Amino acid sequence: MKIVVCIKQVPDTKGGVKFNPDGTLDRAAMLTIMNPDDKAGLEAALRLKDKYGAEVTVITMGLPKAEDVLREALAMGADKAILVTDRVLGGADTWATSQTLAGAIRNLEYDLIITGRQAIDGDTAQVGPQISEHLDIPVISYAQKIEIEGDSIIVERQYDDRYHVLKAKMPCLVTALAELNEPRYMTPGGIFDACAAEITVWGRANLVDVEDSNLGLKGSPTQIAKASDKVRKGAGEKVTLDPTDSVDYIVGKLKEKHVI
Amino acid sequence: MSLEQYKGVFVFAQQVDNEISGIAFELIGKGKDLAKDLDTEVTAVLVGSDVKALASELAAYGADRVIVVDDPELKEYRTEPYAHALASVIEAYKPDIFLVGATAIGRDLGPRVSARIHTGLTADCTQLDIGDFPINPIPGREQKHNQLLMTRPAFGGNTIATIACPEFRPQMATVRPGVMQKLPREEGRQAVIEEFNPGFTPDHKYVEILEVVKAVTDTVDIMDAKILVSGGRGVGSAENFKLLDDLAEVLGATVSCSRAVVDAGWKPKDLQVGQTGKTVRPNVYFAIGISGAIQHLAGMEESDIIIAINKDETAPIFDVADYGIVGDLNKILPALTEKLKGEMAAK
Repeated sequence: MKIVVCIKQVPDTKGGVKFNPDGTLDRAAMLTIMNPDDKAGLEAALRLKDKYGAEVTVITMGLPKAEDVLREALAMGADKAILVTDRVLGGADTWATSQTLAGAIRNLEYDLIITGRQAIDGDTAQVGPQISEHLDIPVISYAQKIEIEGDSIIVERQYDDRYHVLKAKMPCLVTALAELNEPRYMTPGGIFDACAAEITVWGRANLVDVEDSNLGLKGSPTQIAKASDKVRKGAGEKVTLDPTDSVDYIVGKLKEKHVI
Repeated sequence: MSLEQYKGVFVFAQQVDNEISGIAFELIGKGKDLAKDLDTEVTAVLVGSDVKALASELAAYGADRVIVVDDPELKEYRTEPYAHALASVIEAYKPDIFLVGATAIGRDLGPRVSARIHTGLTADCTQLDIGDFPINPIPGREQKHNQLLMTRPAFGGNTIATIACPEFRPQMATVRPGVMQKLPREEGRQAVIEEFNPGFTPDHKYVEILEVVKAVTDTVDIMDAKILVSGGRGVGSAENFKLLDDLAEVLGATVSCSRAVVDAGWKPKDLQVGQTGKTVRPNVYFAIGISGAIQHLAGMEESDIIIAINKDETAPIFDVADYGIVGDLNKILPALTEKLKGEMAAK
C-alpha cells in the first residue's frame, strides 16, 4: 500500500504573527512547527504502515526551510519526502494550494492520501477536501479512526452529535483530527538517518495538469482586503455581590446578550 | 457570462434527520441584510430526502425562495451527492453569494463545492458585509463595488482578516454557527418553492455508510459547543462538578475544564481547555473556579462572552472576563441554575 501524507510547516502561534506589506503572512519571520493535525495524520499513516505494511511519502508545499518538517517526518518513520517549492507558488489561497498539491501528487502512486483536518495558521480545513476534488477521489474528513479492509478504507467520521462509520474504495483522501492519536517521537536512529536522507525538491515544472492561472497569489480567487493583529480583549466588569444579586447580575447579562 | 449577471444571496439550509439546523436560520437572517444592500432576494437551498415539508419553516424565518433538492440518495449527509446537489444548483441558478454554515457538514461540503465550480471560499467567517474592494481606492486599479467582504479570525484568533473574492462567482463563505442572528419567526410567511433534481448516480466517490452512531455523550467536542461551563481547581472535587453539570443542562451547554482538573483526575483530557488541551471559541464561556493561568487563557480568550466566578478577586481570569463575579461558586451556581430554570420555563 502506498500512502501520501500532506504536511505543513506552520508558525508556532506562541511566537507572534508578522505580515508582509501586501497583507499575507511573513512566514519567514516566524518560528515554526509541524502542524498538529498533520502530525496526527502522519502518525495514522505510520500506524497503518506498522499494521499492514505501507510506503509512506510525506509532501509539503512551502519555503525551502519547510524541509525541516520533512526531516522530522522522516525521523518519525516516513519513507520518502517531497518539498514543493517555487516563487510562483507564493501567496496561494486554499484553491491554489490544493491545485499545487494535487499537481504534485499526480506524479505519485497512491492508495490513500492523508491530510490534517486544518492548519493552525489558517484554520480553514479546506485544502484536504479540495485536493480530493481535483484528483476526483472520495474524501472522508474529520477521521477519528482509520482501518483498512481489502481495497477499502473504513473510517469513523465525526459530526457534531454523532459519528458515521464510512467505507470508501481506495484511492481515497482522509483528513485527520489531532485527537486521532498521540504522535510518536522521533527516534535517535531516525534522526540520524533523516539528517542524511535525500529530500526530493519539486518546482512549478514538476506539477502535472495544473495551469499557471491556478497557482500562487495570482491564481487565488480569494484576496486579502485587510489583515490586522487582533485587538486583545481587556478586562470587563468585575463585581462583588451577594449570591442572589450575583445570580440576577449574570441572568441580566445573558438576557442583554441574547443568550437566553 | 459576466460577473454582474450572478444574482441573489443563496444559503445552504442544513438539515439533519429532517430537522433544520439552527445555522440555516442564522444564514437566512444574515442573508437578508446582505440582500437588502444588494437589492436582491434570499434563496435557501434545502437538500435531503423527504424534506419538502421543511420549506415552510425556512419561509417563516425569512427565505424568499426555497430550492428543494429531494432524493433518496441524500438521506444521510455524504460529501459527494450533497456536493453534486449544491454544484448543480449553482450551475443552474448562478447566485452572486453562497453561504454555508461552518459546521462539521458545511466545512466538508463547502470546499468540495467551491473546488468543483472554481470559486473562492472563505472559512469560518464571523462577519459579512457588502463593500468595496479594494477597501480604499488604489490608483491604477479598479475598485469594485458591492463585493462580499468576509471577515474571519486566523492564527487561533491572533489575527483578523477580511477577504474578498472579486473575480469569481459565487462569492462563497462558511459562517461560524451562533454568530449571526436569525429573524423572528413569522407564521404563514410564504416563499416561492421550486423543486430541482440534477439526478444522482452513485459512482466511486459515493462512500458507503456502514453505521450511524448518534449522541455519543462521552465524545462531545467542546470545540463545537456554543456555551461552555468550565471548571477549575476551585470546584474542589469531581463530585462537585455536579453543580456545573446542572447549570450546563439548563443552558444546553457543555462542561469543560482546566488542566488542574485533568491532572487531579476529576475529568478526562478530552474536556481540557488550554494550550495543552483544546482551543475553544464558544459564544459564552463560564470560567468557574478557574484562576486563569496564561496557558488556560490561550485556549479560551477568544470566546465571545466570558463570565468568571472566582472567590479570589486577584485571579488573572478577571483580566479577560467580560463579566467577573467575585464570590463563592458553591452558593452562586445552585441559585443560578434554579433561576435559569424559571427563565427557560417562562419562554
